[in-house]
Amino acid sequence: MKPARDVGIVGYGAYVPRYRLPASEVSRVWMEGQAGLPIKEKSVPGLDEDTCTMAIEAARNALARATVPPQALRAVWVGSESHPYAVKPTSTIVAEAIGATPQVSAADWEFACKAGTEALLAAMGLVGSGMADYAMAIGTDTAQARPGDALEYTAAAGGAAYIVGPREDSLAHLEGACSYVTDTPDFFRRAYQHYPEHGGRFTGQPAYFKHVTSAVRALFDELGYGPEDFAAAVFHQPNVKFPQQVARVLGFSKEQTETGLLASEIGNTYAGSSLLGLCAILDEANPGDRILVASYGSGAGSDAFSFVATDLIRERQGLAPRTRAYIARRKLIDYGSYVRYRKKLVVH
Amino acid sequence: MRDVSIIGIGQTAVGEHWERSLRDLAVDAIEAALKDAKVESVEALYVGNMLSGELVAQAHLGALIADWASLGPIEAMKLEAAGASGSAAIRVGYMSVASGIQDMVVVCGVEKTTDTDAKTVNASWSFALDGAYEASQGLSVTAIAALLMRRYMHEFGVQREDFAPFAVNAHQNAVNNPHAMFRRPISAEAFAGAHMVVEPISMLDAAPMCDGAAAIVLCPSERAGEFASKPVHIKASAVATDRLAVHSRADPLLLRAAQVSAQKAYQQAGIEPHDIDVFELHDAFTIMSALSLEACGFAERGEGVRLAQDGDIAIGGRIPISTMGGLKARGYPIGATGVYQIVELVYQLRGEAGANQVECQLGMAQSLGGSGATAVTHILEAE
Repeated sequence: MKPARDVGIVGYGAYVPRYRLPASEVSRVWMEGQAGLPIKEKSVPGLDEDTCTMAIEAARNALARATVPPQALRAVWVGSESHPYAVKPTSTIVAEAIGATPQVSAADWEFACKAGTEALLAAMGLVGSGMADYAMAIGTDTAQARPGDALEYTAAAGGAAYIVGPREDSLAHLEGACSYVTDTPDFFRRAYQHYPEHGGRFTGQPAYFKHVTSAVRALFDELGYGPEDFAAAVFHQPNVKFPQQVARVLGFSKEQTETGLLASEIGNTYAGSSLLGLCAILDEANPGDRILVASYGSGAGSDAFSFVATDLIRERQGLAPRTRAYIARRKLIDYGSYVRYRKKLVVH
Repeated sequence: MRDVSIIGIGQTAVGEHWERSLRDLAVDAIEAALKDAKVESVEALYVGNMLSGELVAQAHLGALIADWASLGPIEAMKLEAAGASGSAAIRVGYMSVASGIQDMVVVCGVEKTTDTDAKTVNASWSFALDGAYEASQGLSVTAIAALLMRRYMHEFGVQREDFAPFAVNAHQNAVNNPHAMFRRPISAEAFAGAHMVVEPISMLDAAPMCDGAAAIVLCPSERAGEFASKPVHIKASAVATDRLAVHSRADPLLLRAAQVSAQKAYQQAGIEPHDIDVFELHDAFTIMSALSLEACGFAERGEGVRLAQDGDIAIGGRIPISTMGGLKARGYPIGATGVYQIVELVYQLRGEAGANQVECQLGMAQSLGGSGATAVTHILEAE
């Protein structure tokens, strides 16, 4: 998929909350310390944080880098699986908070962990069609996992915002995108359920691996590329093993994927996952670097993008806090504090 | 009583068959077996399966699979003996032909564990134990095996790492089995460092839950030559049971059902253990390999591990086991397993085992249910 006019990323911004819960803490409480640990530690939102507050800070960082006024945005779209309201968009709160209202489209997106890249893809279309010059797409989540479940080790919080604009203003321009979607119920939550359900090993080969590899291979075919054409690649990161394995399967080297692989240090930020990884890559990219991004959302699907960093990237990288700065800003908490912050304690 | 021979075999790959249902797998295996036997119709179907009700909400497998495999309005039923279900179905198929009641029978073992979550699979598998006194008290099949392994280590001064050869041998053999679930070799070091499941049982002691189906076609030996160039004769078929709960047994480290059924089988066949050239045993756990070898007379009590350490269980050894990967590496699709063991022995006795070929005339297969309360033993002979 390519837009009618060339577009790209004009600004990007990350956000990761400061609290960290070591995976060893989850293991200590639930498995007498005997569990295998899929990551080192995960980010935990504070008592006053949610998908919306994180989206706002990420959006402000993106605006700082984009150097466009918020009134220039014609869309503010937030993708998440933890929108604060079932009905009432996160996007309007964010749009108002950053000064983008009222002449703006605002809408919430949902497709599990790929809600953010969906919004990004649509923003590329909005700008690429000429309907708007600037559109903002955000992926943020404060993921919840059932206490004691395997996903509790990794369900984390964070996300990133991207401003899409014309190629001439872009720090990275879009070469093309592909989506691969099937109806595969590997992970889901009904409206009346508090915690999601997942299919155990079914979330592996038939879900994550099938969709990510299919989207990336479709993109390779469409653009005529192979893994060797990319300086960096980032995949959806529910843990450390899956993105490393899918990178190997697709032919990428460890060097190509290490900059964007954040899961060990912050966990799975769901709709923010691949987008935060992309922020980390953009923070260090050189002009001409080709970057692959492939998200994954349960249900299931993958969005794959190819970006190329432009000459504008160097002057924009330092205009807002870098991803690594957010990752380094950490405060360790124990499981008890975690349970309190995530409101998992029911007080009768 | 007539002699019975195996004239056709079929199997699906063992693994996680996300795209195939239980009935799909069964039909795949049956079609392959009928094709191998060059037979178009059978008179009866016996299905071996343990957990279809619990895991895929489907009972009544005999009728279902006869229907789905287009076998016609034939006699069909499911046989269940926990992990020995597949072998139990073979036992009944054998009796059906040996008695003269049927002339052409297909036996299919099938299990589908991936349609539900792992917790449900493990909880359901525990129905193989004594529900009132073992499972309801929190014991799982793995936990029982762990207790046996710990007692064995204590009584015979064996270390956990000493059990490695059983797993290493199984994985090594699976490299050459295209139907096996795990086809990479493992090292003794990997075994020693493996993650604990229920101490002292580690990830590399225990066979994997998975999906699979295997089938064989049986007919009277006197007619086998019409269908198969290399029919395999069932020389012995014997079943025995033991006290269900381990704590009821006089000697928990004696698999008495295995011993009794093996002895009955040797007697039927008119042979001694040393006449057996290849043994497909029930290696759901490495401890069960050791105990099976001892119960069936291949090693003295407490010496089973030493047999493995001396290399006697390898393809070129004195008593090769798990020659296509065994339960550990080919996989353990519970109720289907007994039929896989027979299929693999048939390859051996036909001389079609490729790189894993054992020089053999007599092969033995033994399936155990639960912690060994049922044992089904068959001895096969190359014709």
